[in-house]
Amino acid sequence: MSQILDRARARVLADGVGLDQAEILEILRLPDEALPELLQLAHDVRIKWCGPEVEVEGIISLKTGGCPEDCHFCSQSGLFSSPVRAIWLDIPSLVEAAKQTAATGATEFCIVAAVRGPDKRLMEQMRAGVKAIKEAVDIQVAASLGMLTQEQVDELVEMGVHRYNHNLETCQSHFPNVVTTHSWEERWSTLKMVRESGMEVCCGGILGLGESIEQRAEFAAQLAELDPHEVPLNFLNPRPGTPLGDQPVVEGKDALRAIAAFRLAMPKTILRYAGGREITLGDLGTREGLLGGINAVIVGNYLTTLGRPATADLELLQDLKMPVKSLSATF
Amino acid sequence: MFCDRCGLPAAEGAHAECAAARELEPPRYCPDCRRRMKVQVVPTGWTASCVEHGTRKG
Ligand code: SF4
Ligand SMILES: [Zn+2]
Ligand SMILES: [Zn+2]
Repeated sequence: MSQILDRARARVLADGVGLDQAEILEILRLPDEALPELLQLAHDVRIKWCGPEVEVEGIISLKTGGCPEDCHFCSQSGLFSSPVRAIWLDIPSLVEAAKQTAATGATEFCIVAAVRGPDKRLMEQMRAGVKAIKEAVDIQVAASLGMLTQEQVDELVEMGVHRYNHNLETCQSHFPNVVTTHSWEERWSTLKMVRESGMEVCCGGILGLGESIEQRAEFAAQLAELDPHEVPLNFLNPRPGTPLGDQPVVEGKDALRAIAAFRLAMPKTILRYAGGREITLGDLGTREGLLGGINAVIVGNYLTTLGRPATADLELLQDLKMPVKSLSATF
Repeated sequence: MFCDRCGLPAAEGAHAECAAARELEPPRYCPDCRRRMKVQVVPTGWTASCVEHGTRKG
């Protein structure tokens, strides 16, 4: 039995205190033989500190493509020769998507736009869209619209957006290799404003962007310092035409090790399986992740790619006897 | 006539990888004219429109 797992058991499981960067790195370096024990510990930590419920969310792209930023993994940047074209979703279709999401039992609906930050048109669309959703559907609305001004933060609060997603994407030391049109620190400052506004902070990133194992540990530690309400964990699905289009996908075992490590770094956060799980881990991966620290999923499709059908995830949750978190539990 | 994932002629080259990838991606190119389509993904499906050849759904 490895020492780091004993230490994690004593501190993270017993006291709910996350591992530090050096310890996270030890976890990420554990041999394959230790993986079952690691996943079991991460699962025990999740059950003890978060409970058996799983938070289910649907996401929708309100404005797709044509983004002026250059995040090297993103098919929606207008700066690469990606086949994704710019398109806006109309409000009736937005409401319909929220209805479909609610019908799966999901409690979260996140509206996403491919922008550096919102302009007047996007804020107007948001205002109309959130109002229309709230009138028609019983679901909590989250948003992900890039970097915000204080005014925009206040406006979103007033619209009733309860959670804001803004991913740091990767650790501070690797960020300049992945994005050059804005800085990690700019993202951090939006996150601070969101935190102070009272909205829940949702912040995660993508693994497999060419970061080292040390940088993966750095990222988990930086997220733990931010202490977000939710951490969405994506695995790179290399997109044709982007600078990272030929990047190898994260190995399944490394992905599971990372999930467990992030859980041990942040015992109490909502750790959500986001994009790329189907590519990295295949069909079985969802089950393994849910038994290794994950306690939230995005169901159905993503923004520009498709996921497995919501029913497959919901059946799995039933199978695992993990109840879907209900709206009454989230208020 | 054209591969709806990579936009190259369907009869030339291999598109097995494209077909496999398409299970988790909507189409991007119109198979009739290889124009890039306007694609909207929603939680339960997608629509892809070509100005010339109309809208496909999945
Ligand atoms: S800011 Fe968002 S939409 Fe724009 S390129 Fe970066 S990840 Fe893509
Ligand atoms: Zn092809
Ligand atoms: Zn066409």
